[in-house]
Amino acid sequence: MFTLSIVTPERVYFDGDVTSLVVPGTEGYLGVLSNHAPLITSLQNGRIEFRDGSDTVHILAVSGGFLEVFDNKATLLADTVEAADEIDVDRAQNAFERARKKLEDINAGVSPEMINQQEAREALERARNRIKVYRDTHD
Amino acid sequence: MATTREVRNRIRGVKSTRRITRAMEMVAAAKLRKAQQRVEQAKPYAAKLDEMLSHLAAASTGEIQHPFFEERPVKHATLVLVTADRGLCGSFNANLMRESDNWRREHAETAFEFMLFGKKGWDYYRRRGVDVLDHQLGWEGEMDYGRAREAVQRLSKRFVSGETDRIDLIYTTFVSMGSFRVTRETFLPIPRHPVGSEDEQEREREYIFEPTPQDIYAQLLPYYATTKLITVLTESFASEQASRMLAMNAATKAAGDMIDSLTLEMNKARQAQITKELLEVVSGADALKG
Repeated sequence: MFTLSIVTPERVYFDGDVTSLVVPGTEGYLGVLSNHAPLITSLQNGRIEFRDGSDTVHILAVSGGFLEVFDNKATLLADTVEAADEIDVDRAQNAFERARKKLEDINAGVSPEMINQQEAREALERARNRIKVYRDTHD
Repeated sequence: MATTREVRNRIRGVKSTRRITRAMEMVAAAKLRKAQQRVEQAKPYAAKLDEMLSHLAAASTGEIQHPFFEERPVKHATLVLVTADRGLCGSFNANLMRESDNWRREHAETAFEFMLFGKKGWDYYRRRGVDVLDHQLGWEGEMDYGRAREAVQRLSKRFVSGETDRIDLIYTTFVSMGSFRVTRETFLPIPRHPVGSEDEQEREREYIFEPTPQDIYAQLLPYYATTKLITVLTESFASEQASRMLAMNAATKAAGDMIDSLTLEMNKARQAQITKELLEVVSGADALKG
């Protein structure tokens, strides 16, 4: 058992004891159990899975952030997190289409803003990730 | 002496003003509660981020290099000034203008530009011929992460490209309901995080990093800057509301005092009138008798 706190700029999402944690590190998914060695890693878009004290498995979609593990304390700073059940899949789908449309426009030269390309690509990735996490847990 | 009717009209006017100031006080109080909550909510994230940065600084061997740390002789400076969108909040805006005018005088020899948050600052400086890089109005304390990040990106790009050499912040720190003060801070370059004691450094070296500390640092710093800006904006908004609440509270009290003294004046006028009328009646009766 170790403590996990998941914090975003808007709220403290979770703060409590967990037995296991899986996060999408920049270099691939990694698991954390009790007495893990000290670690700091950045995160990419993906899926967080952890098992709390009462053995309930939580699945969340995360977009970017950082994880620090030290002395049986895990701190996860995320841009956004949403529980799989919280995900508004229609909204994510819309965002996905919007971002794809924008990227196509940029590529076709209709809207020439190069700066927005990065932004649109990131939005696309975030939406794709939300949809994926939702689908993985609802079928 | 004013007639009874004139005084009565003035009392009515002051009373309706008092109704307005009292309503504004209550609105400000409600907004303050929300703003305070937001200040509190932002704290855990900022604190954890700080912690992570100092662990990283201690753990990496040698100084971490990043453009955000680069200190240069200041040939061009930028001021980010956070004011209110609205007035009627006591000396809140005036204090900020005074401090930013000081800043402007200090930079008379260097080129400088402004980035303004809040309508009052924009109203003040647009007519004074200063370079305004950007202004953001009407955000009403609801600064979302995306918008703040855009502003930070814009600022940091100018800093990294060497277009400006230092970025300062002038805003109002929220201490408590009755206490807030104008603060000046350097936003970029970022001051380095202090490295802990030998023991701590020893401990920190055991960390595993994915990818390298350098890379994580580079990714963390923009978050740090954005969080800083959000903190500044939410605190400023809370201070504005607290300031307005106090100003309106004082105005409501002053209106009450004024009503009291006007009522006294009205009663005096009325009594004088009655005395005069009585005198007329009595002297009229005397004249008839005699």
